[in-house]
Amino acid sequence: MKAKHPLALVFFPAFDWAISPTHPEREERLLYTQDQIFEEGLFDIEGIVEYKPELATIEDIQRVHFCVPDERAVTTESHLISAGGAITVAEAVLNRKVNRGFALVRPPGHHSMRVVHGARGFCNINIEAIMIEYIRDKFGVDRIAIVDTDCHHGDGTQDIYWHDPDTLYISIHQDGRTLYPGSGFHYEMGGPNALGTTINIPLPPKTSEEGFLYALEEVVLPALDDFKPELIINSAGQDNHYTDPITNMNFSAQGYAKLTSRLGADIAVLEGGYSIEGALPYVNLGIILAMAGLNYDRVVEPDYDYEKIKQPRSNTEYIKELCEEINEFRKNIDEMVPKVRAKGETKTRNRQIYYDTDNITENQIEEVVLCNDCAGALKIDSQALGRKRICAIMIPRKACSICRDMGYRWFEEADRRRFDYVYLQDRPAKKYIAR
Amino acid sequence: MLVGLDVGGTHVDVVLVNHGEVEEKVKVPTQSDNLLESVLSALSAILKNKSPEKLHRLVLSTTLGTNAIVQGKVDPVGVIVVSGPGIDPEEFSVGDHYVPITGYVDHRGREVKPIKRVEVLNAAKKFEKAGIRQVAVIGKFSVRNPVQELTIREILKDKFDHVCLGHLISGNLNFPRRIATTYLNSAVQPIHTNFFNSVRDSLQKHRIEKIPFILKADGGTLNLDASLEQPVQTILSGPAASITGALLDPPDSPTTAVLDIGGTTTDMAILVDKVPLFEPLGIKIDRYNTLVRSFKTMSVGIGGDSVVRVEGDRITIGPERIGPAMAYGGPRPTPTDAIITLGLSADGNREKAMEGMKLVADKIGVSPEKAAAQVFEKTCSEILTALNRMVKEINKKPVYTIKELLTGYQVDVKSLLVVGGPAPYFASKLCELSELDAFVAENPEVTNAIGAACARTTCAVTVFVDTEQGFLLVPEMDYKERVSQTFTRQDAIGKAYSLLRKKALALGCSENEIEMELVEEMEFNMVRGFYTTGKNIRVKAQIKPGIITA
Repeated sequence: MKAKHPLALVFFPAFDWAISPTHPEREERLLYTQDQIFEEGLFDIEGIVEYKPELATIEDIQRVHFCVPDERAVTTESHLISAGGAITVAEAVLNRKVNRGFALVRPPGHHSMRVVHGARGFCNINIEAIMIEYIRDKFGVDRIAIVDTDCHHGDGTQDIYWHDPDTLYISIHQDGRTLYPGSGFHYEMGGPNALGTTINIPLPPKTSEEGFLYALEEVVLPALDDFKPELIINSAGQDNHYTDPITNMNFSAQGYAKLTSRLGADIAVLEGGYSIEGALPYVNLGIILAMAGLNYDRVVEPDYDYEKIKQPRSNTEYIKELCEEINEFRKNIDEMVPKVRAKGETKTRNRQIYYDTDNITENQIEEVVLCNDCAGALKIDSQALGRKRICAIMIPRKACSICRDMGYRWFEEADRRRFDYVYLQDRPAKKYIAR
Repeated sequence: MLVGLDVGGTHVDVVLVNHGEVEEKVKVPTQSDNLLESVLSALSAILKNKSPEKLHRLVLSTTLGTNAIVQGKVDPVGVIVVSGPGIDPEEFSVGDHYVPITGYVDHRGREVKPIKRVEVLNAAKKFEKAGIRQVAVIGKFSVRNPVQELTIREILKDKFDHVCLGHLISGNLNFPRRIATTYLNSAVQPIHTNFFNSVRDSLQKHRIEKIPFILKADGGTLNLDASLEQPVQTILSGPAASITGALLDPPDSPTTAVLDIGGTTTDMAILVDKVPLFEPLGIKIDRYNTLVRSFKTMSVGIGGDSVVRVEGDRITIGPERIGPAMAYGGPRPTPTDAIITLGLSADGNREKAMEGMKLVADKIGVSPEKAAAQVFEKTCSEILTALNRMVKEINKKPVYTIKELLTGYQVDVKSLLVVGGPAPYFASKLCELSELDAFVAENPEVTNAIGAACARTTCAVTVFVDTEQGFLLVPEMDYKERVSQTFTRQDAIGKAYSLLRKKALALGCSENEIEMELVEEMEFNMVRGFYTTGKNIRVKAQIKPGIITA
């Protein structure tokens, strides 16, 4: 047996780390997955190479986040290893040691937004975004697509790439009206400078293989074709599974394997998935085999029954209409862009963000320069209730000179008496300043 | 007195060790078509003028199994596998009689789907028709619950000479390796049994009543009777013999590389605090990845008799051996010829050696002496390059806890211990090139036999506890007991030690030799809903590898 697509795997179950003893993110989470992949002898297969994760550095985090008060305060070693594991896999792929990579790491990251006051949705730092910005800085890759197949909307990743026209973020998830974090509606399509590079496909509860693969064929794959990314990243959450204890979907190991196979991502990063016995061992095995281009036909859960988990007919109809509507939006993006950018110099949005894991409420005023030449300079005024108030300014990676100057002007003007901290992230200069 | 005997490709080496000192050493040529005769003649040579009663222990290491496998001279085996979902079991097919059947045990050891008796009987019919006498039965996750393997053995035991079960081979998870290892065990069992029964008979004829021990790939021994059940453990004991021999007097260094320089290859191993590193899962035998416990070794095709060539203006060494050195009548120049040309060794025919070096010298336009110096340096530097590669690979080994990752031990070789025939000539050059201390073992030409003589009886146990389901299992020993919710990790460790002691004694270990250690201990709270419903405890204990110094 030989992998058709040589695959780098980082397997880091963090057997000595938990959010709390009975939390879904606990030591036991990947124990049975380890048992399954060891027993299957996956690491003996020619072309599947296990790598030891490196630790992500503070600099790696500073390419993405504004951590309050600083990176050390909101991370532990486990987060650095998790993000570092994703980077290790990316290095192997970009250095052409392998064709593809899968970082089977925990804790996850896709609920972490640009500003980090603490943990939300079990996430502290966004491990995919940290990996992606590392890839961009070290390997000069520009256009990257992320397909998030976790059951929860990846609101953190969406937030980080909301204004970035070079990153296509697509999320397939359980409808936000029925599940945490309550966002990811199909009309959320990206900021004024990046309209259409965010695509949300919220699926109704009980959606099964049929619905997921339909959305993949109808929306995800055509959108990828249009965007023409240099790299495709899969945020491979596994909680759409029919046995997951905290979600309501009917997806299966076979479904995940088929989706993985058709998507053909270059790099996958594990996100959520909390059915640690009934789903994870089989879903992870299916994903690994599919990524390596090996046969996964016999990867089936012990209690799998196609008829029993088949989605209701109403889901099929709903999803069809939803996909049509999304594609209709996508067609009209080019006409919408000049309209949204014509409304003044900058655009402001006010938000309240709740950190469920750490019970923090944050109020945010985000202002972006409306720009036809780059992703636009960004200023965030963020107040965590009862905690710190900060001002964070980002000059985007490919900033035009106007946005660059604007960023520095904002930074100089930020009133030090109003803010506990003022941060500047100057991506073109690879600089990060906190004061 | 202890006697150790190691059968190699060209020589049988045998030593007699008394109180840690080598009293006698003998080398006789190996008769590859008559291993029994080779063993007996070597034994009678070393025991000449000795009284057999004083023989305390006799340990044999042979190439019997390896040869049989490499030459394909093994018995046919009927293989029955029970796989359940996952990778298609056809991918792991071994031998010519491989039958996957229905049935399924999951990762927690729960029997999800029963086996079908009729499928087992049909397989048996096929095997009987093909004249097969050996059957291997392997289930996925059988180390978590061996019930299906045991049931199949019940059905088959009267129809065949021997039915080997996968869960008895090793407690480790790895279904494909379990299949290959159990298959090999069955395949070499008849030849192993015949050979060692003959050895036992012949020894008795020579009035040697001590039942010999057999060396394993992990540098430990087991007694002859136990080896008949698990002959696979004794395959490829050769490299282990030399490494174990090196433990007699290793340098005082935190990390030592043992380099066993032979005629065809150099075998390498790493000692950390004077204890060899192990393969995480098991050794590779021929083309089979196995679960046979072994030292971590790497072999490179560079030895004293490696063929020396010139490609363009580059000298290359090995990887194959075409014959002995020219100094000993061989056809092609070798590193040994370089050593003799340089005057480092006074053995062999120096003129012939020079002739060999001249062949090299003419192609690169230097004097024979200069060519010899280059050949010798190249040989040493390639050995060191291979060693670096091995260390790098060891240091890349993944770990699964934050603590291990952050405090992870990294191998950093501080000294070299060179063993094998040509060791004395190589040591100083290796030292010069690597800038490490290089030591030569005492009696380097028989380190392998010394290792056999001094090897301890070793074994390991894997304890798996699932208090939610309420059981404790030691698959290799077929041991299962009910445990309560209050069973702790300490209880599991206690159980591991007591079962390990029992197993070691059964394998022929003497009470005062037993030195046990934990190699793994993990404990997980199993949470279902918001409540802790049990504990999942995994403990591995082993007899500490090492040597008998008495």
